[in-house]
Amino acid sequence: MSEIHNVVIVGSGPAGYTAAVYAARAQLNPIVYEGSITAGGALMNTTEVENFPGFPEGVMGPDLMDAMRKQAEKFGAKLITDDIVEMKLDGEIKVLTDGSGNTMKAKAVILATGSAYKEIGLTNEKRLSGRGVSWCATCDGFFFREKVVAIVGGGDSAMEEANFLTRFASKVVLIHRRDSLRASKIMADRAMANPKIEFLWNTEVIDVLGADQMTGLKLKNTVDGTESEQDFDGLFVAIGHVPRSELIVGQIDLDAEGYVKVQGRSSKTNLTGVFACGDLVDHTYRQAITAAGTGCEAALDAERFLSGH
Amino acid sequence: MSSAQAVTVANFEAEVLQSTTPVLVDFWAEWCGPCRAVGPIVDEIASEYAGKIKVVKLNTDEEAAIAMKYGIMSIPTLNVFVGGQVVKTIVGAKPKPALLKELSEYL
Ligand SMILES: Cc1cc2nc3c(=O)[nH]c(=O)nc-3n(C[C@H](O)[C@H](O)[C@H](O)COP(=O)(O)OP(=O)(O)OC[C@H]3O[C@@H](n4cnc5c(N)ncnc54)[C@H](O)[C@@H]3O)c2cc1C
Repeated sequence: MSEIHNVVIVGSGPAGYTAAVYAARAQLNPIVYEGSITAGGALMNTTEVENFPGFPEGVMGPDLMDAMRKQAEKFGAKLITDDIVEMKLDGEIKVLTDGSGNTMKAKAVILATGSAYKEIGLTNEKRLSGRGVSWCATCDGFFFREKVVAIVGGGDSAMEEANFLTRFASKVVLIHRRDSLRASKIMADRAMANPKIEFLWNTEVIDVLGADQMTGLKLKNTVDGTESEQDFDGLFVAIGHVPRSELIVGQIDLDAEGYVKVQGRSSKTNLTGVFACGDLVDHTYRQAITAAGTGCEAALDAERFLSGH
Repeated sequence: MSSAQAVTVANFEAEVLQSTTPVLVDFWAEWCGPCRAVGPIVDEIASEYAGKIKVVKLNTDEEAAIAMKYGIMSIPTLNVFVGGQVVKTIVGAKPKPALLKELSEYL
């Protein structure tokens, strides 16, 4: 019979690693599935994080995640760099299967799988991905030296990426559906002050043009409905994220947008012994520090649950 | 053990274009998070499928001309070369089982 663990944590962003630090310090010997190619979570693909408390000079996203990882490991969390591909969460013993085919049994599970990039949903967006269309400015910005690129989005990460892209591109055009931004004032002001960034308000991308390589965009004015085409060498998509809840659809209560529902001011899902935290449960705040905060809550909730067991 | 070897402009022709076995080229860079994540997986494929497919890495920072020649605009990109031609392009980091599936006809 295989060993039954106290708690398995799925995810290694700020939420997962924080849960791991707390669960490990509580002597629960947690197992952390980090994900095979996305270990460290969303902050692995950004540069400077300026708003994580304790770092007055800012900290690079990957460095911050590396530090969290070390802290979890130091207290004895067992880290596995693989994906969970299947979960059975309804019974008293939860059964998880990983990408190498191993199964893991546990009394409690903490879900911290965060979110994935949202796509605009255009056929040609997918087809030209890697041919001008990108979701990762820090990965691909370099290939757009002295090029003209578009970025769609209106939130903080769109502003951040637009600013980053001006290091390489000759011009960055920020395309936004409305006439005002969702981004925080400091990020919006910084983008507006950047002479290389132009704004195209009330505009939607309705098609990506190009045969083997992207050459431009088809745009639609959201106010008067007029359509136009404009040349671009690249398109960066930064329109937000969708919760990564595909493995648990049908097992756990999700809201209409796919976020895991938690009970009141807690990390408890509708299933006993299953807790959720981070961007997976959060429509509203979606920050590293709030993800870390709810990761802590999930570990404390799991600890209480296990001690009453 | 035998992890993927680095190729440069000096040996790209000999190692990739003239190769008699299929070659998987991993276009990557130091500053790319997903590239760092997929790197170890590419190394595993290199040793597990040694003899069937040759696996090499091309640093797009240092070898920008080759990256440009093959129209690389997103990394990681994994290209399979057979007989000097690109026969398959995989853009973005993918888990090992997904990569193996995409590469199955060359393994
Ligand atoms: C470009 C960018 C810049 C940002 N900048 C900032 C900033 O400056 N400050 C700030 O506070 N926030 C910032 N954020 C937001 C912040 O990154 C997120 O709020 C935070 O990372 C959420 O943490 P999380 O742990 O919930 O999820 P994530 O960080 O998304 O981590 C999810 C984890 O789950 C793992 N996972 C998913 N599925 C599986 C599976 N099936 N099996 C195993 N593991 C799995 C992944 O590997 C990953 O480790 C930024 C986001 C982006 C995209």
